Amino acid sequence: MKQEVINIEFWRLSAAYLFVLILILLVKKREIKREKLIVLSTARMTIQLVLVGYILMYIFKNPSPWIVLLVLCFMESFAVYNIFKQLHKPLSKKLKLVIVLSMVIGSLVSLLYFNLIVIHFKPWYEPQYFIPIAGMFIGNSMIGITLGMKEMIENFATQKNLIEGALMLGAKPDAATKPIVNSAFDSAILPTINNMVGMGIVFLPGMMTGQILAGTSPLVAIEYQIVILIGIAGSVGISSFLSLQFGYKTFFNDRFQFIPQNEKEK
Amino acid sequence: MKKGLFYMFHIKNLRYKDILYIDELKIEEKQVTCIIGQSGGGKTTLLKMLNHMLSPDQGEIVYKGRSLFEWNPIALRREVVMLSQQPVMFEGNIRENLNFGRILSEKEPLDDEKLKEALKFVCLQKKLEDDVEQLSGGEKQRLALARIFLMDPEVFLLDEPTSALDKGTEEKIMDAFIRDARKKEKTVIMVTHSDTIPKTYADKVITIK
Repeated sequence: MKQEVINIEFWRLSAAYLFVLILILLVKKREIKREKLIVLSTARMTIQLVLVGYILMYIFKNPSPWIVLLVLCFMESFAVYNIFKQLHKPLSKKLKLVIVLSMVIGSLVSLLYFNLIVIHFKPWYEPQYFIPIAGMFIGNSMIGITLGMKEMIENFATQKNLIEGALMLGAKPDAATKPIVNSAFDSAILPTINNMVGMGIVFLPGMMTGQILAGTSPLVAIEYQIVILIGIAGSVGISSFLSLQFGYKTFFNDRFQFIPQNEKEK
Repeated sequence: MKKGLFYMFHIKNLRYKDILYIDELKIEEKQVTCIIGQSGGGKTTLLKMLNHMLSPDQGEIVYKGRSLFEWNPIALRREVVMLSQQPVMFEGNIRENLNFGRILSEKEPLDDEKLKEALKFVCLQKKLEDDVEQLSGGEKQRLALARIFLMDPEVFLLDEPTSALDKGTEEKIMDAFIRDARKKEKTVIMVTHSDTIPKTYADKVITIK
């Protein structure tokens, strides 16, 4: 039952933008003043995807381990940059280092295991597999670390009294921060876990939809989807855990005194 | 130096930001020392230094003959326990909160009998199952005092332990607390704004300007 994928003709692709116009008309009518943002986002999305399309085309045609590693470095750097940007607050050098290492180690460990052992494609740098899978692991780890860090940093600021109160009684830093670190880890992994619950019933995930549209048998598509979802959960779990487990320690000095991050700048 | 007395703390040339300057200060063991002075004068900062929550910019604090920097901070804080000015409440009921000081400092939790005695000790007529969120400011303050009382440390650092209490309750609780501390030969160092506490209980009064 394998069939040729229908290539969308150019004028039909252009016709899709009619819906953007409808969206603009709707917000204009409601006076929501989001026209600019909609135009800008649509334009960015189009340009970025076209570029990525051509770049991937090139990489797929000329598979090279160096190019794949370069893309991997680019994705990791972009993810780290995004985390720093999303956290707004001034971060200490140590905490930044913890975030970089957690991001890289968490995603790489999962990537190596799933690429080499679970999916087992050859050569190891086959870009058609390597790049999309790396993208999904890194992107989700990025969101996990951001959510966890945000929650931890905010709670450290608002619950300084509680942490110091526990230290004064002779608590070790890990005991004094345990409730905060645990709830931050919860925030980091919950979206990923909840995502698994609705999987296949509430929605068909993007990757699986794409594969099915491209003519892959749904049974193969779900195999990949299951593997990828577990991989994402692992990647998010490991990177968030590392970032929090080593991150909270950067808020204490070697005399186990609590130093809120932003006070360091003074 | 009186016979048999030993300096628990000896502070020399201490400087901290522009908050605290102390040339020399000796605090004796097994005594009740009250620290008084204006608000913002650095009294809380001094207590936090003794508990090693803050380190001085300059100078030295010696505890039992050894500089604080030679002590393991956690071990020190388990001997020299501090009660903060704002009573700290952890999520849970009164039983959990009473035992939490012992749990944080890795001591065995106590049975209900002991916990009830501690509540009576601070004149708190509540059940162990009651949620701490329901308590008033004064009740929380007494619960926090009972918590560190149960930890049975060598040195108590109390930062305005009775600020939210009326005169009558203050007197009752302080009477019981100080009597017990003297019986067990504890060292008590207390910051207070009360007029009566230093006069009634202090062996020594230190004024911080």
